[in-house]
Amino acid sequence: MKTKKITVLAMCVALAMILSYVESLIPSPGIPGVKLGLANIVVIFALYKLGWKEAAGISLLRVFLVSLLFGHAASLMYSASGAVLSLAGMILLKRTDRLGCVAVSVIGGVLHNAGQILMAWLLMGPNVVYYLPVLVLSGTVAGVAIGAVSALIVKRVDLKI
Amino acid sequence: MKDFFADRKRRADLLVIGALLLLALVLYLVIGATRTEGGVAVVRVDGVETERHALSADGTYPLNGGSNILVIGDGQAWLSDANCPDLLCVRQGKIHYTGQSIICLPNRLTVTVEGGESDGVDFVVG
Repeated sequence: MKTKKITVLAMCVALAMILSYVESLIPSPGIPGVKLGLANIVVIFALYKLGWKEAAGISLLRVFLVSLLFGHAASLMYSASGAVLSLAGMILLKRTDRLGCVAVSVIGGVLHNAGQILMAWLLMGPNVVYYLPVLVLSGTVAGVAIGAVSALIVKRVDLKI
Repeated sequence: MKDFFADRKRRADLLVIGALLLLALVLYLVIGATRTEGGVAVVRVDGVETERHALSADGTYPLNGGSNILVIGDGQAWLSDANCPDLLCVRQGKIHYTGQSIICLPNRLTVTVEGGESDGVDFVVG
């Protein structure tokens, strides 16, 4: 049992890293922080199938490893603040059990962007706030797409540990 | 019964999505309404101002030891080149409203348009 859990967790981290890499191949629209958040599919899957601690572990480990492998010095700070805020929001929202996968994903996406804005504010001053409307919009749209995919996967994949 | 709950959740999800889209629109309108034409482009590295250039005077300026190239023309400011691979700052385009900014994360550099007519010469950059 324990070995299976370790394997599943490791696979989730590896999958999240690959999705981050795949996403880096998609051309950016030119606004920092606007992205799809493919790796969040794995985090939401883990949140529903494995538990919140496992989801948090996968997300934070992914952020750390991806920044180490593909990122630059500043990217860890931005990704980490986004991931922590996003995780907190998604875990709390899922606990209320009032909303579905899509809302959890949307809140996760918007909070991820909010976390990055917060870090940018700390590093570069309050003017980054002008990015907030477009990042709330992009976080919502991306969150709907990611949430819809996640909902399907959570429903279809039969995982027992 | 199960379907009923699933549906209720779906409706709640739509409500959340709608609320966030509305929030984005409100933020956009509030920021748009408070927007005015700016007078100077202020360059900061690590949040510390390094130089400023009036938008009224055309010119090309290497920033931060040449890591990014700032161009000012037609009352607008933009970055024409940078030493990072993704060139996100270049793709952020031209800015001229007060508060608009171009951000280069790798070099931790920002170019921000600030208000007020620049009082003639702000800084002479040799």
